[in-house]
Amino acid sequence: MPSPVHTMPEKHYLNASYGIRSWLLTTDHKRIALLYLASVTFFFFVGGIFATLIRIHLLTPGGYLVSPETYNKLFTMHGVAMIFFFLIPSIPAVLGNFLIPIMIGAKDLAFPKLNLLSWYIYLIGGSFVLYSFSTGGLDTGWTFYTPLSSIYSNSAVTPAVIGIFINGFSSILTGLNFVVTIHTMRAPGMTWFRLPLFVWAHYATSIIFILGTPVIAITLLLAGLERMFHLGFFNPALGGDPILFQHLFWFYSHPAVYIMILPAMGVISEIIPTFARRPIFGYSFIAGSSIAIAVIGFLVWAHHMFLTGESVYAALAFSLMSYLVAIPSAVKVFNWTSTLYKGSISYDTPMLYSLGFIGLFLVGGLTGLFLACLGLDIHLHDTYFVIAHFHYIMVGGAVMGYVGGLHYWWPKITGKMYPEFLARLAAVVLFVGFNLTFFPQFILGYLGMPRRYHSYPPEFQTLNVMSTAGASILALGYLLPMIYLTWSIKYGRVAGPNPWPATGLEWKTDSPPLTENFDVTPVVDWEPYDFEHRPDLALDPGAPGLLPAHGDD
Amino acid sequence: MQSQLPLYPEQASNFAPHVDALMLFITAICLFFAVAVTAAIIFFLYKFRRKTPGEIGVAIHGDMRLETAWIVVPLLLALAMFGWGAVVYVDFRRAPSDALDIYVIGKQWMWKLQQPNGLKEINELHVPVGQDVRLIMSSEDVIHDFSVPAFRVKMDVVPGHYNTLWFRPTKVGKYHFYCSQYCGTNHAIMGGWVTVMEPDEYTAWLSGSSGSSVNPVVAGAKLFADRACLTCHASDGKGRAPSLNGVFGGQVRLADGSTVTADESYIRESILNPNAKIVAGYQPLMPPYQGQLTEEQTLDLISYVKSLQADPVPATGAGVIPSTASQTTGKN
Repeated sequence: MPSPVHTMPEKHYLNASYGIRSWLLTTDHKRIALLYLASVTFFFFVGGIFATLIRIHLLTPGGYLVSPETYNKLFTMHGVAMIFFFLIPSIPAVLGNFLIPIMIGAKDLAFPKLNLLSWYIYLIGGSFVLYSFSTGGLDTGWTFYTPLSSIYSNSAVTPAVIGIFINGFSSILTGLNFVVTIHTMRAPGMTWFRLPLFVWAHYATSIIFILGTPVIAITLLLAGLERMFHLGFFNPALGGDPILFQHLFWFYSHPAVYIMILPAMGVISEIIPTFARRPIFGYSFIAGSSIAIAVIGFLVWAHHMFLTGESVYAALAFSLMSYLVAIPSAVKVFNWTSTLYKGSISYDTPMLYSLGFIGLFLVGGLTGLFLACLGLDIHLHDTYFVIAHFHYIMVGGAVMGYVGGLHYWWPKITGKMYPEFLARLAAVVLFVGFNLTFFPQFILGYLGMPRRYHSYPPEFQTLNVMSTAGASILALGYLLPMIYLTWSIKYGRVAGPNPWPATGLEWKTDSPPLTENFDVTPVVDWEPYDFEHRPDLALDPGAPGLLPAHGDD
Repeated sequence: MQSQLPLYPEQASNFAPHVDALMLFITAICLFFAVAVTAAIIFFLYKFRRKTPGEIGVAIHGDMRLETAWIVVPLLLALAMFGWGAVVYVDFRRAPSDALDIYVIGKQWMWKLQQPNGLKEINELHVPVGQDVRLIMSSEDVIHDFSVPAFRVKMDVVPGHYNTLWFRPTKVGKYHFYCSQYCGTNHAIMGGWVTVMEPDEYTAWLSGSSGSSVNPVVAGAKLFADRACLTCHASDGKGRAPSLNGVFGGQVRLADGSTVTADESYIRESILNPNAKIVAGYQPLMPPYQGQLTEEQTLDLISYVKSLQADPVPATGAGVIPSTASQTTGKN
């Protein structure tokens, strides 16, 4: 397409005011999203450095780089930084914060000040955790299993659990803000079934934020109280039960996986129709499956505990529920695939990320079926198979979705285009590096290598070396976007309001948008992802060979 | 013989072939879907690539029949995976009653194992091939996990609980066992070897090296006397506490009207926290021994209580229902 020459809009949220105060005291959801972008990137970097050290350490069976104490701290701090301070807030607090009000035609979130407060709470929680990392570190595993965390660990557990406790309120407030906003602030004509699927996904995520997060906060508080004041909740020597902790912990931490993956699914559901230029296949099934995942996701937690000695009947029930929660995820994959059918597909960078997401999520999701299987979990539990599985979901799924989404909305956020060739290259490098890093770990797991091992028997070395080699490629794949995206803020080509073009409301305002998002409140009179009846997109619905669909609903 | 890069560990127990068959079954289903979806995506990407810049796709909004099909078919396959997995798991959680009982205690960062005759091993376990073996496990500190990849078994070892794990070794040899639940600094070296021996070699090994061991029943009997358990638990059933003869493996009627199977976990709880379950007809007089006995001492006492099974004096305590069948151990 001949790219018209655009100019940056005269007035937008980035140049509306200047100075450090205008950022730190802002209530503009877009600026808060950028504050989050900076802070989650920082934690991604912290967690990434730990991951790098872990992979270098595991090059040799003896593990000569760091001591066992240090190694245990590395994987613990990697998990805590990545899960609580990167993966959980990444898409909701950055992309969700930026986009949800614009997507529904609102000026801001329902509670702009609470939104800013969420970010400050995140910073305070994050500071406690960084304090723990730098004053002795943390060696309990991100799972904080008792009585190891509450009694036996000699590391800085108390500040870490306080930090995560505090950070929980940030999630709760964000979830509350999204739910109220989506319910009450939709523009005229923006009915529930015209909502972008990204918004549906965040609605489902917000439910988990609100219902799940209080449980993890209380659980870690109890572990902290046991540690500080020897109150017996989980330690059998004090009359407690260590298994109780696991029930409470996983009641949040399994749904937390859906907090990470649902928003990424929302991103993919936006990108695929845009680059296939046709309505998404099975809109209501994709929207409904998000809600189904959020609800059923609360009923599967004890599949992390098949081998704790829990009752056989409980294990049977939780295994069955775990298989049921797989169905809505499968429905999404089938619908995304069908959306490509008779599309007009281009291979732009966000599309490459989405295709990568489907591939990796497919592997991650399908290997979940192995772990949900009671008989197989006896062998696979707590091995590298589990590590590979959840990295396919969290990194292959959630992070691919996040990076893909960043590229897709980058022109909207900054008003600039990134360099397309480099970006496509980075997407391919990420995909290859990721698979080389984590696929060997499935085999390692089946061979029986337990997770969280500082040293390992020599027969596992070949696969570990492959994994570390992959990790170095993966690191390059993350560094590239960090560099060229930053570069593009200053030097990128001006994007214009709708560079792809795409159908959502966010593409009907300037790039970057005004502080108020829209000059006048928009009225929505089109169906979601409809390219046919949108003359404003300047496309060519009458092109030969593209007759309207028939038959199907 | 395995190649340089094996895909699965040796099969050395009754569970190994079942778990590997499950693995193949689920792998086959997943491969089918992964290949089908990937092939469809690649085909669509090529076939429906954008030909002119302004081109748009065909507006197909969905298809009810397709949606139904790809909900129902995966659901049925999922139920099949669930069902087969459940069968293997239930078998794994129900140890045969005539298994060879071995006590396992995990502590940071070593394993203490005790053969039925009292022979103690550290980070080593010797078992006879072809014989059902049941491990009765607890921890002195944090949660550990006893796992033997070649047997395809593992089970958490939890402080304050007895968890059991059983297997029947099918192949003579030496196999790695690991601690699979992260337990602190030296988690990675908290492992050892299971040696599977011919039964006669095992017997010879057991008698050959038992010189230094103390029979747990004897040790338990001594503790029973030293801690003055005898003053209340009189064997004639006329003491302030129920006689323990023949208790183990039978049903015990409690003060609240319910009954409980007297397995290892029950005996353990009755020693450490006796007020949790009061036997019908008795007063809650016994002091808790929580914190006063080591895990080994607790196991010795349990071994002693178990040995009272064959006592010729019939059990008479008011709460004791004489056990009718041969012992039905350890199922919760």
